[in-house]
Amino acid sequence: MSGHKLTQLKALEAESIHIIREVVAEFRNPVMLYSVGKDSSVLLHLARKAFYPAPLPFSLLHVDTGYKFKEMYEFRDAFCKEIGVDLIVRGNEDAIAKGMNPKEFGVARCCGALKTQGLLDALEEGGYDAAFGGARRDEERSRAKERVFSMRDEFGQWDPKNQRPELWSLYNGRIHEGESVRVFPISNWTEMDVWLYIKEENIPIVPLYFAKERPMIERGDMLIPYYEENKDQLLEGETPKMIMSRFRTLGCSPCTGAVRSSATNMTEIVAEAAAARRSERETRIIDHGANSMEDKKKEGYF
Amino acid sequence: MTELNLDLTKEIELLRLVTVGSVDDGKSTLIGRLLVDTKGAFEDQLLAVRKKKGETKIASASEIDLAMLTDGLAAEREQGITIDVAYRYFATPKRKFIMADCPGHEQYTRNMVTGASTASAAIILVDARNGVMPQTKRHTHILGLLGMPHLIVAINKMDMVNFDQATFEKIRQDMTDYCAKQGIKDLICIPMSALNGDMVAVRGENMPWYEGATLLETFESLPVLDDVDAQPLRFPVQLLNRPQTAELPDYRGFMGTIASGTVKVGDKLTALPSGKSSIVKEIVTFDGNLEEAFSPQSITITLQDEIDISRGDMLVHSDSGMEPKKEITANVCWIGDEPLEPKKKYWIKHTTNTLKAMVTEIDFRTDIHSLEQETADQLAMNEIGQIQLKLLKPVYADHYAANRSTGSFILIDSFTNNTVGAGMIV
Repeated sequence: MSGHKLTQLKALEAESIHIIREVVAEFRNPVMLYSVGKDSSVLLHLARKAFYPAPLPFSLLHVDTGYKFKEMYEFRDAFCKEIGVDLIVRGNEDAIAKGMNPKEFGVARCCGALKTQGLLDALEEGGYDAAFGGARRDEERSRAKERVFSMRDEFGQWDPKNQRPELWSLYNGRIHEGESVRVFPISNWTEMDVWLYIKEENIPIVPLYFAKERPMIERGDMLIPYYEENKDQLLEGETPKMIMSRFRTLGCSPCTGAVRSSATNMTEIVAEAAAARRSERETRIIDHGANSMEDKKKEGYF
Repeated sequence: MTELNLDLTKEIELLRLVTVGSVDDGKSTLIGRLLVDTKGAFEDQLLAVRKKKGETKIASASEIDLAMLTDGLAAEREQGITIDVAYRYFATPKRKFIMADCPGHEQYTRNMVTGASTASAAIILVDARNGVMPQTKRHTHILGLLGMPHLIVAINKMDMVNFDQATFEKIRQDMTDYCAKQGIKDLICIPMSALNGDMVAVRGENMPWYEGATLLETFESLPVLDDVDAQPLRFPVQLLNRPQTAELPDYRGFMGTIASGTVKVGDKLTALPSGKSSIVKEIVTFDGNLEEAFSPQSITITLQDEIDISRGDMLVHSDSGMEPKKEITANVCWIGDEPLEPKKKYWIKHTTNTLKAMVTEIDFRTDIHSLEQETADQLAMNEIGQIQLKLLKPVYADHYAANRSTGSFILIDSFTNNTVGAGMIV
């Protein structure tokens, strides 16, 4: 025994860097999906580590639904500028112009148009053959069966029964013209690992993850952030209240809830994550259908 | 119940596990039990799989359909089977675990090979009522081939045999005898009831005759790695790092993951296949340069001299004595839909090298039940045999038994691009 030991976070980091480098070595035109959330922040940090001292050999792609929190847009623009990465922003402009929204059209249709179709269009436009995503297997039960290299047909669709076995750390990057892969370098990370790593590495994240008095609408178990410009989201009898709260996960503002919290720094967030009794996806309205994530992935979602 | 782990950044190591077993051995239930007892599953995830709908609180684990927690795909829930490898995560104050949950059904053996390839320990589920089944033997044999460092036999459903010690002892003896034939020595047998939780995270009160460690205690005490950093250095080059920026116009680094061994600044390295040598100038990481690095770190190495090195090459210590191999003898587990056929060309991916290869011969196929070697003209899916491979170009490889990273490869069908074979160099 030579006494060398890697902590579990450093072991996960090494695995993720290995995966990111394999993709750059084996694919013609990779891109990194960047959603501005905490998992994306970790993914981007790992990518910077992978190629240091060289700059990132690929662009970031933000598929924008137009419904992200304004703090997310501010953070995205400032941070990407600061670290000097190439950011591409795309969205399903057609659907946005037609006023697609979850209230009128339903959550499934809105997600399908703005996220899934927006993503597929952007990937096709860029001609990318590999797209990195920050999905984790611990997030959701269909994701628990996802590969690191997730094969997609020419329509970007996932077939859970037709995925390649992944042995050792030998990833098969051979694809036919038109096919692509979605690559998930942080597959083996848990929510807890992500928070711990952000804390350890001092990775900048959107301020919405930290607790603050914020105007909120209380609806059943959910805390829905209230914005002056969207007064019409109030239902009868609801009034916004200032509530000490934060977000465990960030998505679109109409469909992402906050949680009551007093965690204003990373140490407190980690403690809260460790004591959490409910999964982070619970605050995401989109996940709550019977096979919701599995269906979305089959249609081309990441 | 174990305590929550608040500080996973301490000297907490990662242990990768795999569970295998026959269809009804209760594997999903065991994993569900581990998740519940280590709080690796959240309340809303548990509520989604409770037996009685409409409840909003979970009073005890027995109210949860534990298997439903791990069967993630709609088709699995419809058919009540597990189709695909699922990865689960849990932690104790001592360790973090990644567990691959592999289907036991015969046609899905390839998934078991997949899950087992990265694991340091395997848990084989045996139903105490049925004892050692043919499928148990098949899995044990494959685990032996995969060089699984530690085997844990979970003799489950002890509640169905009145927690009878003699039943446990009989199965333990059968497994010990079978493993001896396979050359597997490190075997741990634990009686348990995944449904009740006995001997999983807690001892329970039903088996006072068993004095060994519980399953979770065993997970916490197994060695994480088989000393891969004490092995000779193997550094397969993934990519060249050439920033070509104003600050770094001439920088040339070699990026890769240390497959085994350690490397220090000042070490004399040889690049294979060119055979050219140089001295390690820097070990570069985003967090600063290192004096020394070890497996499985991902690093960038710069050398004192400019030598031509590209992806697929391997850096080793100059006294490694590694020889190129153009012909390889390997055990292969076939995982493709179309059978393996001699004279057919495949792509082989070995470390960071992908090249054409031809199967020149099938030496034998192993009958999983009798372990007899028999002649064969092809290997169908889920079959195991020994083959001869001829490579287009020589590679630098180790025996799988000596080095899991440089001794393993995958075969890729050159028409479909699917991964069809898992190979271990003999």
